[in-house]
Amino acid sequence: MRQLIARRLLQTIPLLFFVSIVCFALIKMAPGDPVLSFVTPNMHAEDIERIRHNLGLDKPAYVQYFLWLKELVQGNLGYSLVNHQPVLDQILDRLPATAGLMGSAIALAVLLAIPLGLVAGANRSRWPDKLINFISYIGISVPLFWLAILLIYLFAIELHWLPIMGMRTIGVNSALDVLKHGILPCAVLAFSFLSVYVRYIRSSTIGQLKEDYVQIQYAFGSSKRLVLFRHVLKHVLLPIITLLGISMAELVTGAIVTETVFSWPGIGSLGMTAVRGMDYPLIMGITLFSAVLLIVGNLLADILYGFADPRINKAR
Amino acid sequence: MNRTRWRNVGNELLANKMGIAAVAVLLILTLGAIFAFLSPHDPNELDVMRKLKPPGADHWFGTDDYGRDYFARALYGGRVSLMVGFSAMILATALGTLVGVVSGYFGGWVDNLLMRLLEIIMSIPSFLVMLLLSVFLKPGVGNVVVIIGLLMWMNLARIVRAETLAIKEREYVLYAKASGQGAFGIIGKHILPSLLPVIIVGATNNIGSAILMESSLSFLGFGVQAPNATWGSMLNSAQGYIVNAPYLALFPGALILLTVLSFNILGDILRVGFEPKLGKR
Amino acid sequence: MTEPLLSVKDLKVSFYTRAGENQAVRGVSLHIDEGETVGIVGESGSGKSVTAKAIMGLISPPGQIIGGEIDFAGQSLVGLTEREWRRLRGNRIAMVFQDPMTSLNPVKKIGDQMTEVIRRHRGLAKEAARKEAIEMLRRVGITRPEQRLDQYPHEFSGGMRQRVMIAMALSCQPELLIADEPTTALDVTIQAQILDLLKQLKANSRMSIVLITHDLGVVAQVCSRVVVMYGGMVMEEGTAEDIFYRPKHPYTQGLLRSLPKRQGGTRERLVPIEGTPPDLLDPPQGCPFRDRCPHAMPKCAELPPHFEVGPGHRALCWLNDEGVQAQLRREPELEGSAAHDRE
Repeated sequence: MRQLIARRLLQTIPLLFFVSIVCFALIKMAPGDPVLSFVTPNMHAEDIERIRHNLGLDKPAYVQYFLWLKELVQGNLGYSLVNHQPVLDQILDRLPATAGLMGSAIALAVLLAIPLGLVAGANRSRWPDKLINFISYIGISVPLFWLAILLIYLFAIELHWLPIMGMRTIGVNSALDVLKHGILPCAVLAFSFLSVYVRYIRSSTIGQLKEDYVQIQYAFGSSKRLVLFRHVLKHVLLPIITLLGISMAELVTGAIVTETVFSWPGIGSLGMTAVRGMDYPLIMGITLFSAVLLIVGNLLADILYGFADPRINKAR
Repeated sequence: MNRTRWRNVGNELLANKMGIAAVAVLLILTLGAIFAFLSPHDPNELDVMRKLKPPGADHWFGTDDYGRDYFARALYGGRVSLMVGFSAMILATALGTLVGVVSGYFGGWVDNLLMRLLEIIMSIPSFLVMLLLSVFLKPGVGNVVVIIGLLMWMNLARIVRAETLAIKEREYVLYAKASGQGAFGIIGKHILPSLLPVIIVGATNNIGSAILMESSLSFLGFGVQAPNATWGSMLNSAQGYIVNAPYLALFPGALILLTVLSFNILGDILRVGFEPKLGKR
Repeated sequence: MTEPLLSVKDLKVSFYTRAGENQAVRGVSLHIDEGETVGIVGESGSGKSVTAKAIMGLISPPGQIIGGEIDFAGQSLVGLTEREWRRLRGNRIAMVFQDPMTSLNPVKKIGDQMTEVIRRHRGLAKEAARKEAIEMLRRVGITRPEQRLDQYPHEFSGGMRQRVMIAMALSCQPELLIADEPTTALDVTIQAQILDLLKQLKANSRMSIVLITHDLGVVAQVCSRVVVMYGGMVMEEGTAEDIFYRPKHPYTQGLLRSLPKRQGGTRERLVPIEGTPPDLLDPPQGCPFRDRCPHAMPKCAELPPHFEVGPGHRALCWLNDEGVQAQLRREPELEGSAAHDRE
């Protein structure tokens, strides 16, 4: 087990390194001169060169990379070209909104997907399965922004039950208000995650029910329900750990479209603003941040899996 | 790839009502896109007098904010959406197959290098990069295809690689090797044909994802630009009229859903058909 | 004669597949007395495992019991509700399966899997069930049962896993144990150990055992009575001595010839039975073994009855009919003619 963790950690470090290079290169290749955003009309050419020098932009690319990397490991992701705020502060500022939204959506999705997937898998080809299967097909096929628009139209515009957009009503500062604003975006995201999870759990339930040990459980007087919840469930839960690891990346950028439609002030809509404003340091920061989350998420998932699955030898 | 396999796929498809419906939907949409010019209305003909008319006998999907016939626009939009989806799929499938086969067949450092590269690309949030690239590159149908294609091949590459690893141990491949056939001859003659089912299934699912991605990009205003409309960009403009003319949002979205749904259903049926073990028993 | 523990009468089981009705069991009758060990022998597809599954009530769609009776300890098992079945299975009738590698849930501890059964049927508390499980493991010859209980299946060898399965099956003191090819997946030396264990466990109880196998050698070691099945029917039934020394059915004789003889030093050449088992989607009208039988004759197109050839010894073959025997004495060339015609 310790070896497994060590090996995975060792794999992660070069991966992080290369991802940082790609992020850096992506921004370097971008058209436009970042210095220009500091330029005011009455500046002289020497002033511009001075700014360029101060920013280190006159050095060769690889030197710039290592300077950038040095700042990076100290937690300095640079400054926004638009509002000149530290990038990391802006990301962290938006993190709770996104984490809250995605966290609740993923939690809701997992909680619903487990029973739905088990029921569908256990009743293969009968109506509960057909219904659940069809709904999950829709979930993986529907454009989320369209679903969001439909829900806004129905619940906010027609029925007036819920607010149209944003996270808070101006001047109101209550948890209930945030909750009300969060229902629709959370529902949209949860539906999308749910559909993926359900399909996964359903097919792994079907697979497990064909296993010998399940047939043998019946021969020992177990009922279908007991087999499902005492034996199959554990097999089905294990891969969910991996799915959750993958979802870590979505935590940040998966919500770009949804957050934009609902004007939810999270990292996704921050990314949108950054792209629209060509705010390269901010884009780079967000890209890197979510890449790191994904890599760390996968790492954690692998390690957790190692602890949860008895078949992986713990002694090693 | 023998005939029984194809017959299996055919049987699977015909036995499945959803499968028949999916094929029918795709056929109708494709024909609609191809023969869009038969529509009595010009998709770009402005008529301010008739703007935002709800659906009716003359304008089946109503008219948009410039009084253009929405049905004609949906047909032409479908043309671009389907084309982008199809072309991006071709690109992604070709790339994914190439990387997967090379990686799986040659193994060793080539495999190592390609798989590490894949890991790096997969670690970077693709949708954000897609947005970024579409800002860098000039927005246009061709660029959208390239952007989507370049960020979608990784899963297929993994699947193809795993499959290649299995196939290259089969006796006929070992025999071909022993009899002195070159690597590319073996790949072309023995490995690619055996990979076909995997590739077809992956490609089918990829069209669906490509259409979804294109629609998201276009919806956010980064995809295909005016005057070319796609279902996604139609939704972008419809967003502003959600209170007065909700049908403007309804139609393009429903068309995207139907298309992607059909491709996904088809993909699953193909998979079961090609590998009967997976499905019915 | 007392009532048998289990009696199966004219059991018919079919599987309804896309290709048609697969008649896996076509009128099987047999009985198991209290305390005896009966072997059911046949090659794969003979219907022996399906018969066992029917006795356990484990035939599920597309399979269906379409006729016959199964009586267990004076109670009819056909038409029991699922709930009644569950009270029986693993409790009064237990089963051990072929492949111990896949029989246990790989992600649950052995102890949890054992105590689950014990608690369900005997209503014991957690601690008591655990004690019972330890005791059972000790009885099947697993050392350090206290520690082994907290291990997962992958930490056991195949033979050890089969011991665990046997312990689990015996934990509720069943009246009938059905062992379906319990040694087939194991090494030869382990096979002998498991058979010895079964014999030894059997010796100090009134339990009956049904041993299902394709291997007459296994039967010879443990069974007092043997049922030979072929093509979904019982071909011959008798005591172990009847079957081994006085086989009355050509199929049984063929099986015996194909048995490797290890005694005596010299290894005789194996004589496999030529041909393939009948297609149960479209079973032949007459004797199912006709196509492969060296003694086949025109009469075999008609299904023979079971002929009593000795006390408790019956065989499904015309060769045991007195009329046929007399005719054969007159025209010996009849025998085997049908088989030759086909060649």
